[in-house]
Amino acid sequence: MERLPKWADVALVPLISLLFAAVISALVILAIGKDPVEALNTMVTGALGSAYGWGYTLYYTTSFIFTGLAVTVAFHAGLFNIGGEGQAQLGGLGVALVCLALPWPHWTVALLAASLGAAAFGAAWAAIPAYLQAKRGSHIVITTIMFNYIGAALIVYMLVDVLRPAGQMDPATANFPKETELPTLNHIPGLNLIFEKGVPANVTLFIALAAAVAVWALLWHTRLGYQIRAFGKSEPAARYAGINPFRIIMISMLISGALSGLMSINNVMGEAGRLVQNSSEGAGFIGIAVALMGRNHPIGVVLAAVLFGFLYQGGAELGLWTSIPIELRTVVQGLVILFTGALDQMVRMLLAWVFSFRAQPRAA
Amino acid sequence: MDYATLLQILDSTLRLGTPLLLACLAGLFSERAGIFDIGLEGKMLMSAMASGAVAALSGSVWIGLGAGICASLILAGIHGLASITFRGNQLISGVALNFIASGITVLVAQALFGQGGRTPPLQGAARFNPIDLPFAEALSSVPVLGPFYAEVLSGHSILVYAALAAVPASWWLLYRTRFGLRLRAVGENPAAVDTAGVSVVGLRFAAVAITGVLCGIAGAYMATALQAGFGREMTAGRGYIALAALIFAKWRPWSALGATMLFGFFQALALRPDVVEGVVGRKVPVSLLDALPYILTVLVLAGFVGKAIPPRAGGQPYVKER
Repeated sequence: MERLPKWADVALVPLISLLFAAVISALVILAIGKDPVEALNTMVTGALGSAYGWGYTLYYTTSFIFTGLAVTVAFHAGLFNIGGEGQAQLGGLGVALVCLALPWPHWTVALLAASLGAAAFGAAWAAIPAYLQAKRGSHIVITTIMFNYIGAALIVYMLVDVLRPAGQMDPATANFPKETELPTLNHIPGLNLIFEKGVPANVTLFIALAAAVAVWALLWHTRLGYQIRAFGKSEPAARYAGINPFRIIMISMLISGALSGLMSINNVMGEAGRLVQNSSEGAGFIGIAVALMGRNHPIGVVLAAVLFGFLYQGGAELGLWTSIPIELRTVVQGLVILFTGALDQMVRMLLAWVFSFRAQPRAA
Repeated sequence: MDYATLLQILDSTLRLGTPLLLACLAGLFSERAGIFDIGLEGKMLMSAMASGAVAALSGSVWIGLGAGICASLILAGIHGLASITFRGNQLISGVALNFIASGITVLVAQALFGQGGRTPPLQGAARFNPIDLPFAEALSSVPVLGPFYAEVLSGHSILVYAALAAVPASWWLLYRTRFGLRLRAVGENPAAVDTAGVSVVGLRFAAVAITGVLCGIAGAYMATALQAGFGREMTAGRGYIALAALIFAKWRPWSALGATMLFGFFQALALRPDVVEGVVGRKVPVSLLDALPYILTVLVLAGFVGKAIPPRAGGQPYVKER
């Protein structure tokens, strides 16, 4: 097969994959008797048509940057972490415990402590599957999936039997104190000129962007990052070079879990102000699509996170204004994963075929 | 726990173990041919929706079963296309298909019936109803074995017995036929199979198709026998538990029966908090029981598997030499 130019491989392959996913989604909408053009209109207007819409889109984007980075780090070590969902929910538990533990003087202090709590709990939830993979060879894909279910049950138990305040009906923690409330974009000087109405996007967005830079620096500019990538490319070669597999599996999964956990400062602390059931709402799974779409590079992850932020907010608008069920988001998510992660070779072959036409006249 | 309670739990074990068994055998064929399949879950879900919907519309559970198998086969075909033809990442393809199934089942069920993504409750001929095995009544007075036959083995739907029959059938197909020998070989050393002049692609597609059919039966069982209709996410991770059982069973049909019935037993226990409390001697939180099958799955994977050696060429696309 002919090699594609680098720019085509980096930019065109994901875009064509996205196009395929969009076309099939449109066909699905047609098949259930709805109008895809109207659907797209609703999504674009609702998610991108106003500062208010952007406030939601960026809120989702923030979560997806974290979970996308989490999957990316594990991917570079050759590990497929499907446990982002459980790790994010456990991260939420960490945030809740920190926020409710002390009377925090100011949101900055609370944010720092809650971030540590979120990262620690997320990492802890990834640690067990990582250890089992490294020491016992238990397939990490299956153990992380099991830990999603176990995590969800643990959260239900904590919310129903432990953290629920006396006399409250719904399974949730008490509301966090006022001091732990994070400034939303409409409360930040300068940005409040754009965001006039209250939006859920908050300062966590900047932490997410900082995390993207940190992951980039870690993977491509540190010894550890080099070891992670070497291990992911070829375990025997890495082993021969003296890289300790146990250490790499543990460290990359702990970082991955911590990043998934960190998304909870966005939704639990920044938006809900308390921990509820299923707080991450599938964002952990979206991370897989974001990482694949973003070609496992932090820049790509941020761009793909914006795209999925749009998809999420747009999908919610669909559920609100049309009779298209919100589950359309899951279908699109699956299609994007399929085309970018599994059928990428098909897209590449197709592109190579197109490029071969362009190259021929020059050769003649 | 007295004998009657034990029988009840064993009865549930067989009922709940059946979809796991079918899915596990499905995964067995695929993985023995060198194709990992995380997408058992999605195929079951798709089939559950299709069979529930078609059975509700047509009033015939057999047409529903056929529709379920077709729906599952479509996903299996896509998985084959991605992992055999285009040599993509098999794990990612499976995960993607699970998401697609999770979303599209709700979309279709909602578009057809408008009941919040469920299919209408099934009755009569639109369901697989329990059948009594011969002499169940007469033999129930025989001590110990009689009640076991009458309570546990008898009174299930035809699909339960089909699943049990699928175990020796799979064993025979895999170990006593030329097709089975080639199928196992293609999972260990596809180059050798290719050299012998047998199509690697053809064999792998055949294996993936068998997987599709078995997952289809598993999904149809969920919606038309175990429960009376499809509900969103009704497979609840059974596809993944079946994969864990497959590893536990070391990719062998008879062990698969044992492993899936063990996991079925865990699920049956989770439904009986009173029994668990009686045995443990203290109150157990409901969420712990919900998590029990998953926790035990992890424990089994972590500790008791021993050395599980997967098919050697598993997960690797085959590239013909040029």
